[in-house]
Amino acid sequence: MAQQPIELILFRQLATNLAVPVFLVDERGDLVFLNEAAGDLLGIRFDDVDQLPFERWATMFRPRTPEGELMPAETLPLSLAVLERRPAHDTISLTGADGVDRTIEVTAFPLEGGGGRLIGAVAMFWERETP
Amino acid sequence: MKVTFWGTRGSIASAGPATARYGGNTASVQVMGRDGTCVVLDAGTGIRSLGYALEDAVDRIDILLSHLHMDHIQGLGFFGPLFAPKVEVHIWGPPSATLDLRARLTRYFSPPLFPVQLRDLPSRVELHNAPDVPTAIGGLLVTSATVIHPGPTVGYRIEEDGASVAYLPDHEPALGPIGLPDDPAWISGFELASEVSLLVHDAQYFPDERATRVGWGHSSTVEVAAFARRARVGRVACFHHDPAHDDATIDRLVTEVGEAAPGITVIGAREGETLEI
Repeated sequence: MAQQPIELILFRQLATNLAVPVFLVDERGDLVFLNEAAGDLLGIRFDDVDQLPFERWATMFRPRTPEGELMPAETLPLSLAVLERRPAHDTISLTGADGVDRTIEVTAFPLEGGGGRLIGAVAMFWERETP
Repeated sequence: MKVTFWGTRGSIASAGPATARYGGNTASVQVMGRDGTCVVLDAGTGIRSLGYALEDAVDRIDILLSHLHMDHIQGLGFFGPLFAPKVEVHIWGPPSATLDLRARLTRYFSPPLFPVQLRDLPSRVELHNAPDVPTAIGGLLVTSATVIHPGPTVGYRIEEDGASVAYLPDHEPALGPIGLPDDPAWISGFELASEVSLLVHDAQYFPDERATRVGWGHSSTVEVAAFARRARVGRVACFHHDPAHDDATIDRLVTEVGEAAPGITVIGAREGETLEI
């Protein structure tokens, strides 16, 4: 695999030590890392999936609006962050790889390096508490 | 390709009898190609002596700055060729997301820190972002990549006819809780150093010293040995000696790196020494 940009390396190092779930994609939108907290919420371990192409991760958890309507891949906050290079936030219901349904709040933002070079994007998310 | 160390010290110059063998000048390394191409890695206080040594020998010099901390640029104002009208000086440095290289260098090349403005230098000075794709400078092929160190910082790889040197003078590849990752793609600087003939690498600390300086951007004996082994380099020159380390302490540090990197020749970079690659 080609050398990762230093900004992704540093963000992965940070994410590894965070209790907040973090999902990291490269400039193509492919998953390059998720931390343990994100793995717990999504029912997967990064060691088991390694890298996932955009088309795979954006659909494998069956993302839905809280009302139950399926969300197209390109409308997810992380997709908007990497495709449109802007921050995005949304509430999403999903089904983890462990079969558990959860509703999460997602905030995503693009990572840009020197000269405005797109490096990837980050999503941080939290499980929404049931009222 | 010949590699000459004109300054090997990190952080601040530390001249004196206790540091005479490895030298007290800060980072500056000359790389001479077989066709006479002259590239200088960093412009610490060591570059002043290089200026005297070059005299009229070259009409173009390329200075590759790894970053703009003072120990890597302080000698620039005292580098003779910058004041020679017939010399073409190309200065390459890490790109920044905010200020260009000229704006950042001007902070040093202006009063009150320095009496001469960058624009008033008699030589022909051209500034460039460090090349992130292999770029020919004379007969040498130069590549850079950003590496882990506070602020915009790059390392360099220079190649000529199968010989190669990687220069990572300030580098903390093990920053973070996971140390050196298993996958080389996630190791800072790996591609630059992969299978080079000579790796000039930060080896500022013993492990107990780094333990209280995590995030300062430097490596200990353990990390430089692990990095060199993973990158399968031919030879390592321990570099960026801590100003508090005397010659005997650096001897001990180099021995420690060598013991942790069996099969790799490990030396301590010494001011005035030339290595043939």
